[in-house]
Amino acid sequence: MHSHHESAPVFNWAQLILALPFLLALFLYLLAAFKSKKKWPLYRIVLWTLGISLSLISVIGPLAERSHNDFKAHMLSHLFLGMLAPFLLALAAPLTLAFRSLSVQKGRKLSKLLKSKPLKIAVHPLAASILNIGGLWVLYSTGLYGLMHEQNWIYVLVHVHIFLAGYLFTIAFLYLDPVSKRYSFKFRAAVLILAFAGHGILSKFIYAHPPAGVPDKQAETAGMLMYYGGDVIDILIIFVFCFQWYHASRPGTSLSHANPS
Amino acid sequence: MEKRQALNALSGILFGLGLVAFFDETVFHQLLHWHHFYDKSTTDIGLVSDGIFHSFSWFATIASLFMFADLRRKKTFYGKRWIGGILTGAGAFQLYDGTVQHKLMGLHQIRYGVDILPYDLVWNLTAATMLAAGIILLIKTQAEEKG
Repeated sequence: MHSHHESAPVFNWAQLILALPFLLALFLYLLAAFKSKKKWPLYRIVLWTLGISLSLISVIGPLAERSHNDFKAHMLSHLFLGMLAPFLLALAAPLTLAFRSLSVQKGRKLSKLLKSKPLKIAVHPLAASILNIGGLWVLYSTGLYGLMHEQNWIYVLVHVHIFLAGYLFTIAFLYLDPVSKRYSFKFRAAVLILAFAGHGILSKFIYAHPPAGVPDKQAETAGMLMYYGGDVIDILIIFVFCFQWYHASRPGTSLSHANPS
Repeated sequence: MEKRQALNALSGILFGLGLVAFFDETVFHQLLHWHHFYDKSTTDIGLVSDGIFHSFSWFATIASLFMFADLRRKKTFYGKRWIGGILTGAGAFQLYDGTVQHKLMGLHQIRYGVDILPYDLVWNLTAATMLAAGIILLIKTQAEEKG
C-alpha cells in the first residue's frame, strides 16, 4: 500500500536495530548457560533459541519485508513477536539464569532494578494487559498503523513495544522467574480472561474495520488469523497457568485448601 | 465435605461450558459454516459478550480438567455430581447463547437463508433440557451426600 517501501536501504537500518538486541540476548544466554556451574536444562536453551529465532523472523528477512505491504504477513509476525516468542522466552527463565551467573554484587543490582517502582507497576497484571492489548487497539484502530510504514523510527518503536509488552504480559501472569510481588491465581485468572477477550474482540473489529489502507479481503484473513492464532497461544499460556495452580495446590502445601478458580 | 461438593460441581460446570463452546466453534463455525465469523449486524455489546465468553470458555475447559485431576489426586472425585455440573454448564451456556447472544444482542444466527424458527427451537429446547437435567442431578447429589 505504500509505494516507497521498495527503498530497501532505508528499512535495513530499522531491521538491524530491531535484530541486534535479539542476537545479543541469544549470545549472552548461551554464554551464561554453558558457563553455568550447575547444569542449566537443555530444554530451556532450546526454548530460548526458538523464541529468539521467531523474534528475528518477524523483524528481519522475507516475512518482515512482506509485512510492510501485506497485512496478513504483518499479522503473522505480530503473533510471533508479540505472543509466541515472548511466551517461549519467558519459559526459558532468563532472570533465573542471570541471577545464577552474575556476581553477588551485580545480582543485587539486578534485583534492585526489578524491585524498582516502574517495573513493579509494569508487571501488575492489569498494567501489563493495558500496555499489551491496549497498545494493539491503539495500533489498529487509529492511524498509527499507516504512520508506522511512513516513518522508520515509529516502525522501530512500535515493534519494540509489541515485543516488550508481550513479554511483560507473559511474566505478569506466569511466574517462571522471580517476581517482586505475586498476585493470587483468582485475580490473575480474571484479568487474563478479560485480556484475551480484548484480543479476540480486536480481531473481529479488524475483520470489520480494516486499518486505513488495508484492503477488506486482507483484513478479513488477518482478523481470522489473529483470532484463531491467538487462541492457540492463549491455550498454551492458560495451560501453563493452570499447571502452576495444580502444582501449587498439591497436597501438603499452603495453597492446597485454597479455592482454585 | 462442602468444599469437595463445590469443587466437583464447579469443575463439571466449567467443563460443560467449555465443551459447548468447543462444539459450537468446531461444528457450526468450522465444519458446517452455518455460523458467521462476523455478522455485519453484530452489535458492539454482542461482540464484547462473545469475546468474553470465547476467552472464558478456553480457560474453563483447561482449568476444569486440572481441577478434575486435582480431585482425583485428592481422592475426592464424585462422578455423578461432576456429570450434573457438565449438564448444567453446557445447558446454561447454550441457552444464554441461543436467547441472549443470538436474539437479544444479535451476535449471529444459527443459520442463514432458511426459516430460522425450527433451528432456534431445537437449539434452545436442547439447552433447557440439559440445564434441567443438570440441576436435578446437582440437587440429588447434594442430598445424597448429606443423607
